[in-house]
Amino acid sequence: MALDEFDSENRIFSAVGTRPVRPDGIDKVTGKAMFGADISAPGMLHGAILRSPHAHAVIRSIDTSAAEALSEVKAVVTRADFTSPVSRGNIDVLENCMAGEKVLYDGHAVAAVAATSAHAAKKALRLIRVDYVVLPHVTDVDAAMQPDAPVIAGDEIKVEGHSANVMSRCEFGHGDLEAGFAEADIVMEKSFRTAATHQGYIEPHACLASLGADGRGELWCCTQGHFVARNICADMLGIDSTQLRVVASEIGGGFGGKTTVFIEPVALALSRKTNRPVKIVMPREDVFRATGPTASSSMDVKIGMKRDGTMTAGQAVLRMQGGAFPGSPVDMAAMCAFAPYALENVSAVGYDVICNRPKQAAYRAPGSPMACFAVESVVDMLCNELGLDPFEVRLKNGSREGTRASYGPKWPRIGLMETLDAARAHPMVEAELGPNQGRGISCGFWFNHGGETSVTLSLSQDGTVALQVGTPDIGGSRASMSMMAAEELGIPYEKVRTTVADTASLGYNDVSHGSRVTYASGLATIKAARDAKKKLCQRAAKIWGIDEDAVDWQDGQAVPAGHNAGGHDPLPFAKLCKTMGRTGGPVSGHFEATPEGAGVSFATHVVDAEVDPETGATKILRYLVVQDAGKAIHPSYVEGQFQGGAAQGIGWALNEEYIYGEDGRLQNAGFLDYRIPVASDLPMIDTEIVEVPNPGHPYGVRGVGETSICPPLAAIANAVSNAAGVRMTELPMSPPRILKALDDA
Amino acid sequence: MGKMHITTRINGDDTEFLCDADESLLDVLRDRLGLTGAKEGCGTGDCGACSIVVDGRAVCSCLMLGAEAQDRDINTIEGMAEGEHLHPLQRKFLEHAALQCGICTPGILVTAKNLLERNPDPTETEIRYWLAGNLCRCTGYDKIVRAVQDAAAEMRGA
Repeated sequence: MALDEFDSENRIFSAVGTRPVRPDGIDKVTGKAMFGADISAPGMLHGAILRSPHAHAVIRSIDTSAAEALSEVKAVVTRADFTSPVSRGNIDVLENCMAGEKVLYDGHAVAAVAATSAHAAKKALRLIRVDYVVLPHVTDVDAAMQPDAPVIAGDEIKVEGHSANVMSRCEFGHGDLEAGFAEADIVMEKSFRTAATHQGYIEPHACLASLGADGRGELWCCTQGHFVARNICADMLGIDSTQLRVVASEIGGGFGGKTTVFIEPVALALSRKTNRPVKIVMPREDVFRATGPTASSSMDVKIGMKRDGTMTAGQAVLRMQGGAFPGSPVDMAAMCAFAPYALENVSAVGYDVICNRPKQAAYRAPGSPMACFAVESVVDMLCNELGLDPFEVRLKNGSREGTRASYGPKWPRIGLMETLDAARAHPMVEAELGPNQGRGISCGFWFNHGGETSVTLSLSQDGTVALQVGTPDIGGSRASMSMMAAEELGIPYEKVRTTVADTASLGYNDVSHGSRVTYASGLATIKAARDAKKKLCQRAAKIWGIDEDAVDWQDGQAVPAGHNAGGHDPLPFAKLCKTMGRTGGPVSGHFEATPEGAGVSFATHVVDAEVDPETGATKILRYLVVQDAGKAIHPSYVEGQFQGGAAQGIGWALNEEYIYGEDGRLQNAGFLDYRIPVASDLPMIDTEIVEVPNPGHPYGVRGVGETSICPPLAAIANAVSNAAGVRMTELPMSPPRILKALDDA
Repeated sequence: MGKMHITTRINGDDTEFLCDADESLLDVLRDRLGLTGAKEGCGTGDCGACSIVVDGRAVCSCLMLGAEAQDRDINTIEGMAEGEHLHPLQRKFLEHAALQCGICTPGILVTAKNLLERNPDPTETEIRYWLAGNLCRCTGYDKIVRAVQDAAAEMRGA
């Protein structure tokens, strides 16, 4: 057997595809697992951060003397305590972590204190006097684009015809739109809006930092990427990145929101100033005001269709605000908008807009759910208008291998058709709908990502394996990594222990994002295992006194091959491990690379909803997720990703929304008023895993984490619109919005 | 102001501690007693991550003062397993993959155990409403509800 083949189609798996208990399970059901806020250090101080009450203001001065006069206060830091970052990308991140000349949104950090207790730190914040000159503000994306809008950062016009808040314009597509629309029997055009939503992880950001005046330090934090956190923090503090060792704690949810830093550089600066460890735990209110959220959007979509359901052209104009800094995910939204459709004439234009809101952070498939909502709503309207079956229309026009994606490339092997077929065949589609009930379907798409990845797999004398990965485990990945290592080495799952290594113990790793972990760290694990197997084959060759090439690895053991076949007894993995000290020393497998073969993933969701015309409340009756996972390593955790994405989508579609007042302040910075779905809001969420192998992964894995949140907004909007008999074009579809739509109809 | 001296019972152990008058029981558990299984997700009683049981009643420990623990009988996640034997709910949560990140898990387990002590055979709806004060952002609750149902069935001997 070649050690490097990708043979997922014909491979018979033993560990992969089973459902073992996760290695971090017992710690998590007994309360032992250590999350960001669960660690303390001797001599530790508590940090707290003062935040702006204004949406937009110049900081004239900050007087910290009264706070510093408190005996419990050991240090106060402001922007002056940070170094101007070398990396351009980090300049905005620092500006977001600690304001410079201006505050740009309600909740923007302006100063921080370290004190002997959390209570004293909080008290000290009230003694800091900030002299603000309040400026006009804008928090709405469309208003921020108007030529007369208050300008957030610099007067220079970047996109002609719009205010200086429009930072860039992007466009994707091909063909001739005009000709395409002319071919259509019907052209449908509609505008849509979605509110900003927060990732809503239950664990607030937390860290414990220790940094000396010599620039050496330690940082413990809940993060999706401790190597990235290390590099950003080092840049802001003017220290060498490798002198800062970052340990990723257990992480209580991220969903993209923990891919950057907020409090970590602040805690490090306070620690350096006091020479003591400093812990910062963000209050929930600050999590809402100053971290996350995703962009809000305003979108126009126009689609042409023939009477037989053939789509002739599609056009989208998308506007997204990503807070006070450029970088809303509108480019990805524009790329994803028409991804499920094979269109000859297609265009998607995006505008990246800034306004006085917190800097957006990635949220599960950034940009895709909003664009999908707008496009799939218009497709549903066309189906209704022409009396066509929504499955048929999607099967007729859907993307498949060889068709050209709206954003350029030709699709390799993809599983969209398979998800549509499986959804249409599911018993849920047979369920009868009652009065005030409606069904909605939607497809959705996400790219998935590879990213820089390092893995080390070390063998122990007792025939067991220590696997070190550098991607924090945000959804059960230590289980799937152990499974892939066990599969490849031919040893039991229990013989592998997977650890998320700290930044001093492993090569660089990008953050756990882009649905990349099972794909990229998984691929790296398999390759590292193959590296180890190759070395074990060399040891066997040495023991037998035969050529290295004459040894194969089969079923967990080295066997002589070729003309040596049968000439020696096979050497099992455990035996080779036991003797490795005498055959050349310790054996480890390594892999370091940037895997490029992340396979895209498509999904189809089906929702049945009931709308109460008296109250405007929506109840989700049934929900089905069908998604292409390529190959499900641990099917339970794949299902879990499907269900979790659907649930977050239900919240986004029906309830969740950042609400700003006229004063530019966030009005619902808490879980009581920013209402995420609770257990009694949801039904069971049916799942079906489709497996169309990704040719870019040895076992066929595609990322699964993000695609699951792409279809829900549209699927639910279609279900609600069909139930209420009126098209809903603004999210969330909260009861007042539904009542108003019913009244206006 | 001086600290208060509180005597209480936690997971069957007689416990005493000093705390400030305005200190929450959650802060006492986490910062003074080293019981970090209860988590602070919001500090305002909205998320349930800090759930514990006090005299048989599930409460958010962030909404209770440490001083109110005087002479109470308190149970936290740390007291749920008996020695090396996991409680059936803990076992079923693992078997059903009913946790992803695990931050809400201690609160949900403590609350679910409290439910099954009152109602050994809850319906799906009863489980969902009993757990409505415990937010989970990862799972969509599906596998959690199934794990509770399965544990209840096992505990009933069904």
